[in-house]
Amino acid sequence: MKVLMLGWEFPPFISGGLGTACYGLTRAMSQLGNVDVTFVLPKPVRSVSSTHVRLVAPDTPRVPKTVGPANPADSAPETAWTLEGIDHVTFRSGQLEGFDPYTQPAPALQTASSRTRPARFRIARPGEQTAAGQTSKTQQGQQPQEKEKKESVVSTGEVYASDMRREVENYRSMVLDLIEDTEFDVIHAHDWMTYLAGVAAADLSGKPLVVHLHSTEFDRSGVHVNQWIYDIERAGMHAADKVIAVSHLTKGIAVSRYGVPGEKVEVVYNAVEMNGLTGKINSRLPAAIGRDEKIVLFLGRVTMQKGPEYFLSAARKVLDVMDNVRFIIAGSGDMIRRTVELAVNMGIGHKVLFTGFLRGDDVAKVYKMADVYVMPSVSEPFGIAPLEALSHDVPTIISKQSGVSEVLKHVLKVDFWDIDEMANKIIAVLRHPPLRDMLKQHSTVELRKFSWFDSARQCVKVYESAGRPQAAGRKPQPVGP
Amino acid sequence: MPSICCYFEVHQPFRVRRYTVFEKNHNYFNDEVNQAVIEKVAHKCYLPANRAILDLIRRHDGAFRCAYSITGSAIEQFERWCPQVLDSFAQLAETGCVEFLAETWYHSLAFLYSREEFAAQVDMHRNRIHDLFGQTPRTVRNTELIYNNDLAHFVSQMGFTTVLAEGADHVLRGRSPDFVYRPAGCDGLRLLLKNYRLSDDIAFRFSNRGWPEWPLTSDKFVAWLNQVNGNGQTVNLFMDYETFGEHQWADTGIFTFLDELPGKVLAHPDNDFKTPAEVTAAYEPCDVIDAPFMVSWADTERDLSAWLGNAMQSSALHELFNLEQQVKATGDEDLLRDWRLLQCSDHYYYMCTKWFSDGAVHKYFNPYESPYDAYINFMNVLDNLKGRLKLHTPVAALAG
Repeated sequence: MKVLMLGWEFPPFISGGLGTACYGLTRAMSQLGNVDVTFVLPKPVRSVSSTHVRLVAPDTPRVPKTVGPANPADSAPETAWTLEGIDHVTFRSGQLEGFDPYTQPAPALQTASSRTRPARFRIARPGEQTAAGQTSKTQQGQQPQEKEKKESVVSTGEVYASDMRREVENYRSMVLDLIEDTEFDVIHAHDWMTYLAGVAAADLSGKPLVVHLHSTEFDRSGVHVNQWIYDIERAGMHAADKVIAVSHLTKGIAVSRYGVPGEKVEVVYNAVEMNGLTGKINSRLPAAIGRDEKIVLFLGRVTMQKGPEYFLSAARKVLDVMDNVRFIIAGSGDMIRRTVELAVNMGIGHKVLFTGFLRGDDVAKVYKMADVYVMPSVSEPFGIAPLEALSHDVPTIISKQSGVSEVLKHVLKVDFWDIDEMANKIIAVLRHPPLRDMLKQHSTVELRKFSWFDSARQCVKVYESAGRPQAAGRKPQPVGP
Repeated sequence: MPSICCYFEVHQPFRVRRYTVFEKNHNYFNDEVNQAVIEKVAHKCYLPANRAILDLIRRHDGAFRCAYSITGSAIEQFERWCPQVLDSFAQLAETGCVEFLAETWYHSLAFLYSREEFAAQVDMHRNRIHDLFGQTPRTVRNTELIYNNDLAHFVSQMGFTTVLAEGADHVLRGRSPDFVYRPAGCDGLRLLLKNYRLSDDIAFRFSNRGWPEWPLTSDKFVAWLNQVNGNGQTVNLFMDYETFGEHQWADTGIFTFLDELPGKVLAHPDNDFKTPAEVTAAYEPCDVIDAPFMVSWADTERDLSAWLGNAMQSSALHELFNLEQQVKATGDEDLLRDWRLLQCSDHYYYMCTKWFSDGAVHKYFNPYESPYDAYINFMNVLDNLKGRLKLHTPVAALAG
């Protein structure tokens, strides 16, 4: 089976669960053996030599002669490559910006004032951002000039909502160009940025379309939904032959908020790469934390939907009862400044450590230091981060308002708004070694049920059920305002 | 000629309310839930089942007989919320056909940690049963039928003549549960072992449509009982009383089954009903049972793992019993009562992780979402109780 996979991010350029999931899913799919994937990205994955994913060889003449810190202007308009360890997958991309759609909520469509704001959508630098606590492990291989270039892009390249529209449209055109010489049996589009392209490709080719819902506009923006994005999500799901949702929670949103028939939506859970952390961790994290202090960790984007303020409120309650506790907020995001101020205003600034964004071994180290990991998300379609925490042997407390809560049993669960209970459970983990031990012992076993191979196999089943009897030539559906 | 020996366990725990580490209140128990549960179960089970048993005793002119063990925590809840249930048990006692057994007052796991506490609670129970029902128990059972040689020896010293236990395969080692046994090293004590196959056919499988023997009719069951004829002295049917109407709902036909069974058992002239004390008075022990290890009637393992199978359970129990001497030294009756209520096996059952991964709920009316929540809540209560102990310390010092 040949799959045309439409994605927006791939390690190391990831802002969240989307990139992590695409990587895990694609790699597992490549190892199934009977599936060939063409993975289309808005921009090339570059300079990834130090990661587990390695650029091995250009496989078409259109590949730029040099890889790594090449000036995008020197590149051909489209590139194709393969990655070591991911056979049966050909990556193709254009030279788009590949804005990060998740770090910040999409602004209301262009207003006069939005013109004066600094860049709202920028490319996540390699390894810069985590969403689901995921980080790429690349930074070491990054050339300095590459870094400067990226930063200059950020500082000078103001990308606005109109640019976001243009990007999505450009991606669509690129995909339509590209499918002319690409063979595929099914189209698999990840999240709304690729839905327009997916729908257009399906219309042109007559092949079945599967759209994958990693998060919805409601998860990202709460009640301040961007109508344009909502309309794209809705149109994509309605045009698709099958919808894959990352949890029943997300499926419920597809059904209730987007009017998608329930029987059209299949739930395929995400998984986690078992971390192969052996050997020495090379971290530059300051050892600013006393050895007798307990560490409570928040690791993820510091944005509204991740609930950092609930974490701080719980922290204050914990500190009412226990003194030798330090709270780490690892990550960055649009609420970081507000969160720092909140900690100070609560009078617990000295007990909360903001590490900024962590990458690579620093992430491994912070997990190693942590006594408990908390994911207080207000809305979490799935939540790969808790799985990563568990894979680092860290007892974990998760919000019940998360997809992963449907399948994880050996974690502690709280309603994100129930600060008393969150603090209660943090204290319990810190105080009672048997609780810690039991959680670790059982979750180690439980983690084995999360396998990207299972997820990949389930996706293939969805492809098989997404047959499209009517041939090519469907009328394109108008989308959006 | 087999005697049929029925013993029904009547128990409801005092469930702990949601109790965070920030609580200061000394009221640990969820009155609202406990009242609702006991009223519901009284309505569905205790009252209709007691009426049915009373009717059977009268109808068969005393030929139908059975035994009850009612825990102190159930008795306290009946007194508070359903006194009519206690009245109906008193009515049964007046027939002279019902034996009341002794056990720990608070359905406690004390035997595993403190013989002193175990004896105190069994005495409490024995005395209260005498006050309530006019008979002093001669038969004892330990919480959850937890049993070993030490327990037999200990209750023998306390003056009991009959003790009950699970007829677990590893205790019987090929022998039949349908005889009277003598515990190893206890000449004066008799041991009755639960016939778990026949007991569980009623208690667990009665309404299971996937069971090949479903539906279980009284005729079929009596045919199985009659097979023991000539091959055993007693068939010991031990089960939770909540089997009737609560575990097996009325619409499964369980009350019809109960109503028909004695008549059909007694239709065979070799059969009769006896209470545990009557069985051991009537038959000589046929062999010695040596049980160096603890057995119980829980789960398929029939060991302690339902209450003491993981680190949370053992830490909670150890910490609780570590406080015994301190609690008793305070002379504070409220504190002692709370400490004792926390010994109830149910609190530890809720912390069991054995079946949690499979998604199975380990007990009906389990108030917790997970065993971890059960442990956290319990430890918070224990923390508060320790705080109360500390308040006593300076007073004790001054008094000394």
